[in-house]
Amino acid sequence: MSLNVSNLTVHHGAICAVNQVSLAVPTGKLAAIIGANGAGKTTLLRALSGLNKPTSGVVNWMGQTITGVKPEKLVRLGISHVSEGKSVIPELTVKENLELGAIWRKNGKEMKESLDQVVTIFPRLGERISQRSDTLSGGERQMLAIGRAIMSKPKLLLLDEPSLGLAPLVVEQIFQTIRDLTTEMRLTVLLVEQNAMGALKIADLGIVLNLGKVVAVNHAQALIEDPAVRAAYLGY
Amino acid sequence: MQLLNTLLIGITAGSIYALMAIAFVLVWRSTRVVNFAQAGMALLSTYFGYEAVSRIGSFWVALPVAMIGGALFAALVELILMRLLVKHASSGPIAGVAPIIATLGLLGVIRSVISMIWGGQDLRIVAPISNNGFTINGSTLVFSPLKLLVLVVVAVLLILLTILFQKTNLGLALRASAHAPEIARLSGVRVDSVRTLGWALAGAAGAVAGLFQTVNGNGNFSPDSIEFSLLLVSGFIAAVIGGLDSLLGAVLGGLFLGITISFVLMYVSSGLFFIAPFIILLIVLFIRPQGIIGVKAGRRA
Repeated sequence: MSLNVSNLTVHHGAICAVNQVSLAVPTGKLAAIIGANGAGKTTLLRALSGLNKPTSGVVNWMGQTITGVKPEKLVRLGISHVSEGKSVIPELTVKENLELGAIWRKNGKEMKESLDQVVTIFPRLGERISQRSDTLSGGERQMLAIGRAIMSKPKLLLLDEPSLGLAPLVVEQIFQTIRDLTTEMRLTVLLVEQNAMGALKIADLGIVLNLGKVVAVNHAQALIEDPAVRAAYLGY
Repeated sequence: MQLLNTLLIGITAGSIYALMAIAFVLVWRSTRVVNFAQAGMALLSTYFGYEAVSRIGSFWVALPVAMIGGALFAALVELILMRLLVKHASSGPIAGVAPIIATLGLLGVIRSVISMIWGGQDLRIVAPISNNGFTINGSTLVFSPLKLLVLVVVAVLLILLTILFQKTNLGLALRASAHAPEIARLSGVRVDSVRTLGWALAGAAGAVAGLFQTVNGNGNFSPDSIEFSLLLVSGFIAAVIGGLDSLLGAVLGGLFLGITISFVLMYVSSGLFFIAPFIILLIVLFIRPQGIIGVKAGRRA
C-alpha cells in the first residue's frame, strides 16, 4: 500500500466534514471517491494534500507519516493536487502555468523534459503554449491543470472533480487520459467525482463517502453492479 | 518652452510617484494590505541614506544603503507585525481592515521613533549632481541633470523589476502567489516567504522614492516632512488609478498623476497644490473605477 489513511477526521469550524475515514490505495492503482454533495470528498482530498489541517488521524505515504504537512512540502514528496474548479491561474500563460508546476525542482533541463512530456500528452496545450490561460476552453483548462500537476513529477495524483462543467465528450476524453496516465506513469490516483459512473468505469477501486464516513469500499466494477450503490449514486 | 517645462517637471515628479505606487502595488499583491506606513518606511530609509551620505559622503553609496535598509525593515514588519496580526485578527468584524489600520498606526510609530533618534529638526541630503536647468538656445529649462538622473534611475529600476517578474522563476512565484496563493502552494511555492519578499521589494522601491523626493525638492527632510505626506498621498492615488494590482498600471498612474498635477499648477492655479491629486482621484474613480489599465489587463505585469 502506498497511501494509508487511518481514522482521519477533519473539521470545518464546528462541522465534522470528514469523520474517522480509513482507506488504503496500492501503488499504481486508481481509486474513485464518489458520494453526494457535502459527503466530505473535497475536504478529504484537501486534508491529504495539506490544504486542510486534520483534527485527528494519521496519513501515511510510502511509509512516511505526512499528517498535517504543508502542501509546498508534500509536492516535494511526490504528491500533486489538482483542486476543484479548473485550477489554473488565468493571468498566466499556458507555459507559465506549466512551469509553475516544476518551479520547486530548480533544474532547467528537467523542467524542459517535463514540458515536452506534457505537450506530448496534451498537444492542444502545445498549440496554445504562449496564450493567456483564460483564453482556453473548459476542457483545455482541465488539461492544463493536470499538466501542471504532471510537471511536478508526481507519484500520487489527487484529482478533484476534473469533469466539472465539461461537455460529455470532453469528460470522456479527460477520464481516458487519467486512466492512461495512471497506467503509463505508474501513478497512484485518488479521483473525487460527482460523475460516479464515469469515474468508476476507469477506476480500479471505488470508495463511497456519505456524510463524512466511508460507507463502501470495493472493486470499481463490483460497486457498479452493487444494487444499493446503483440506486443511490448511479441513478438507476 | 513653458509647455515642455511643465511636461518634463510632471514626468519627473510622476516617475517618483510611480515608484511609490509600485511599493503600494507590491504589498497589495502579496498580502492584500494597503500599507499606509509605506511613507514612514520611505522616510526611515531616507534617514538610512542620510547616515550613509554623512559617513561616506557619496550619494551613490546612500542609494543602495537606503534600498537595503528599507527592504530589511519592510521584511521585518511583514514577518513580525503583519503575520501576528493576521493570525490574531483572523475572525470578527475588523478582520479585513485590522492590518490596514495597523499600518496607519505604524506610520505614526515610525515618525515618533525617527524623532527620538534623529530629532525633529530638518536634515539635508545634497543632490549628487546639479539641479540647475539645462539651457537650450539661451533659455533655461526647469528640467535639470538631476531630474534626468531621477528619470534614468527610475527607468532602470522598472526594467529590472520587469525582468524579475516576467523572466525569472522568482517572478513567476511572486505572480502566482499574488493571483492564486492556493495553486501556488500546491505547486510547491513557499507563499509565506514570497510574501515577505514582496514587502522587501516594496521597501526598496519606497526607499528610492523617498531619497529622490528629497533631493528633487530642496534636499531637506524631517519626521514631519510635508514632502513625504505628499509622496504617500500621490503614490497611493497613482496606485489606485493604475488599478492597484498592476505594476504597469502603477507606472502609468504615477506619470498620469505627475503630468496632470504639473499642468494644473501651471495653467490653472498653483494654489491647487494639495487638492489637485484628490480631485484627479475622484474624477478617475467616477469615470473608470477599475483604474486606467482595467480589470483584465490590469492583473498582468
